[in-house]
Amino acid sequence: MATDMTFPDAAARTAAQNHDQEKMHLSMGPSHPSTHGVLRLQLELDGEIITKADPVLGYLHRGDEKIAENMTYNQFVPYTDRLDYLAPLANNAAYAIAVERLAKLEVPERCQAIRVITSELARISAHLMGLGAYGIDVGAWTVFLYSFTEREKLYKLFEELTGARFTTSYSRIGGLARDVPEGWTDRVLAFCDQFLPILEETLTLLTRNKIFMDRTMGVGIISKEDAIAYGLTGPNARGSGVAIDLRKDKPYSGYDKYEFDIPVGTTGDCYDRYMVRGEEMRQSVRIVRQAIAKFPSGPWYATDAKKIFAPQKGKVLSSMEELIQNFMLVTEGPQMPAGEVYFEAENPKGALGFYIVSKGGGVPYRLKIRAPSFCNLSVIPKVCVGEMMADVVSILGSLDFVMGECDR
Amino acid sequence: MAVIGVMFPLAGACSMAERKISAWIQGRPGPNRAIPFWFSWVPVLGPILQKLGAFHLLADGLKFLFKEDVVPGHVNKKYFIAAPILAMIPALSTVTFVPFGAYIDLGGNLTPLILANVDVGLLAVFAVSSLGVYSVVLAGWASNSKYSFLGGIRASAQLISYELSMTLAVVPVLLWINAPGTAGTMSLSKAVEFQSQPGFWGGAWFAFTMPISALIFLICLFAETNRQPFDMAESEADLVGGFHTEYGAFKWSLFFVAEYCHMIVGSAVFILLFFGGWNPLPWLPLSSVAALLHITELPLLVGLLSIGIFLGKILAMLFLFMWVRWTVPRFRYDQVMKLGWQKLLPLAILNLLVTIIAIAVIQH
Repeated sequence: MATDMTFPDAAARTAAQNHDQEKMHLSMGPSHPSTHGVLRLQLELDGEIITKADPVLGYLHRGDEKIAENMTYNQFVPYTDRLDYLAPLANNAAYAIAVERLAKLEVPERCQAIRVITSELARISAHLMGLGAYGIDVGAWTVFLYSFTEREKLYKLFEELTGARFTTSYSRIGGLARDVPEGWTDRVLAFCDQFLPILEETLTLLTRNKIFMDRTMGVGIISKEDAIAYGLTGPNARGSGVAIDLRKDKPYSGYDKYEFDIPVGTTGDCYDRYMVRGEEMRQSVRIVRQAIAKFPSGPWYATDAKKIFAPQKGKVLSSMEELIQNFMLVTEGPQMPAGEVYFEAENPKGALGFYIVSKGGGVPYRLKIRAPSFCNLSVIPKVCVGEMMADVVSILGSLDFVMGECDR
Repeated sequence: MAVIGVMFPLAGACSMAERKISAWIQGRPGPNRAIPFWFSWVPVLGPILQKLGAFHLLADGLKFLFKEDVVPGHVNKKYFIAAPILAMIPALSTVTFVPFGAYIDLGGNLTPLILANVDVGLLAVFAVSSLGVYSVVLAGWASNSKYSFLGGIRASAQLISYELSMTLAVVPVLLWINAPGTAGTMSLSKAVEFQSQPGFWGGAWFAFTMPISALIFLICLFAETNRQPFDMAESEADLVGGFHTEYGAFKWSLFFVAEYCHMIVGSAVFILLFFGGWNPLPWLPLSSVAALLHITELPLLVGLLSIGIFLGKILAMLFLFMWVRWTVPRFRYDQVMKLGWQKLLPLAILNLLVTIIAIAVIQH
């Protein structure tokens, strides 16, 4: 796991002094069309062949982990939106479940089902974005527009559910911000019905496209051993043939009740990762359909957790008991027992983990985020070497990272 | 001036069409807002032109003219300014060698409409248009930026390797139109003449008699004009913008116009050589159409008709260019080279040999 992290600027300086080595040092990013945000790659090129690639991170560092120590558990929910900002609903759910594990709190089935549906819709949305961006990276613009049209429909659903298109902040510790609106599940089903044929159509643009296959097959191969050694998770690990999926391995939020398959690649090249993502979208639709088919009624928040989940607004305004409860929750935060917990959820990009140390009270003592994109990016120095300059773009696109959660 | 007067609006229309066609392909409305306030009062035409985005063309052009023309501090100023000018010169001057129509003179002969009717027309087009690569290399070098530099190098290597197959692909046509013993010609209008003769073989377009040549020429045309899937010089995904990364405003637009000019001229040559020039349909030459319409006596009308047909074909070709661009991904640089040297070039040589034998057999 020896990632050779050198100081990029220092490396460039020494290279400038050594005129005898005729290698070109190219700083790709942080402002570059295909580094998907603010990733910077310090490349060393021999002609067009990469001899060294150092990812330079931290351009989007906001200190989320430190911020978490200064606010109550519920106040941190909006910050989880901004981790993997392509799938905020999944982040919200993962964070809420982590804190609920700390409190040893069981949320009702309806809440679990809603979290599953939203997480899977978020997965579809994130993979669509990944697919579209990947299309742009290899030069196929139309794929991007096709997938964005679908994402727009998803955003309409998210907006109806949460009031926001992008930064949803939908979870609360012990429940959700609100119940699903009337008829929302039917609209989700309608979306699923029309989405699948369009997905097939979009994928057809690439899957058997000779140029796309040339660009991705055999490029950026991550072996099974490397995938494990570098701590890859999510579609990137599965593309390399590592069949890990936390939804199956350590089911949470009632994922064990649904039937779905885990697509696994064989060679671990860019093409496999693309295929895995395509199949995962189909599986997500399958899960959403199952979840809606047996959508449970009943409460959508933990009713027995008076010190964690805020009472309903109507009662706050009419009853003294609830008013006090609300006041305590808002000022002190949801009351957690002392202890520590680590919880990982299968997010679109991989395993998003929250490690929380609590000393009791409404504020975490320490909150550590295990960001899947960060671990996935660690493999770049290994896979990029020996590839062409243009391959870096397809590799980055196939790794499908988000700097928001990578830099935190 | 005539060239500029025709080519600039045509290139501008291309940029508009590019935006609109990409929008159609991608299922979005595309540019449909800009309209001068006084034009919106025109009842039917106004809204139609607005929806077609016709005024964005004007807005774009004006924007390029009035934008601040930034010359970055780190560039080699002299060559940086020279490069776009150098791009325009071959792009505009090749047009003069391309016949764009024909009229029937008083003697009843079809005479081509052409600005400079030189006998080596095709050779001149090739020679001058390949000068365009110098501007790309110069721009890449003068920009003093690594991305531009890579783009320039890619472009030069690519253009050189595809020029070869392209030239080899047209040799069969030249062999066909040049009977041994007579004065040789490389005139493009001669090629059209040969496609408008009576009889089955005489009337057939060369695209039907020499499909492989046509295919190779078409592929090379995409590579030569730096269009997707061969836009190595630009490849905005990895090289940001390639050779024109550092350019902006009017200088950038000159590169842009030059690219479209190359596309237009390339399509024109392709149509002249393989798709019958100004003949409306295979086995239906212009002269018989003129006879059908009883306008043989009106040379002006026939000329306009031929120009119209030719222009229509060019527009169809441009549509093909855009259609391909918005449909397929981009090749990698080494794949482009491999395709050029290992596939197209042997195929072109083989095609040439086969055609030589075929012509020898037919002529005996």
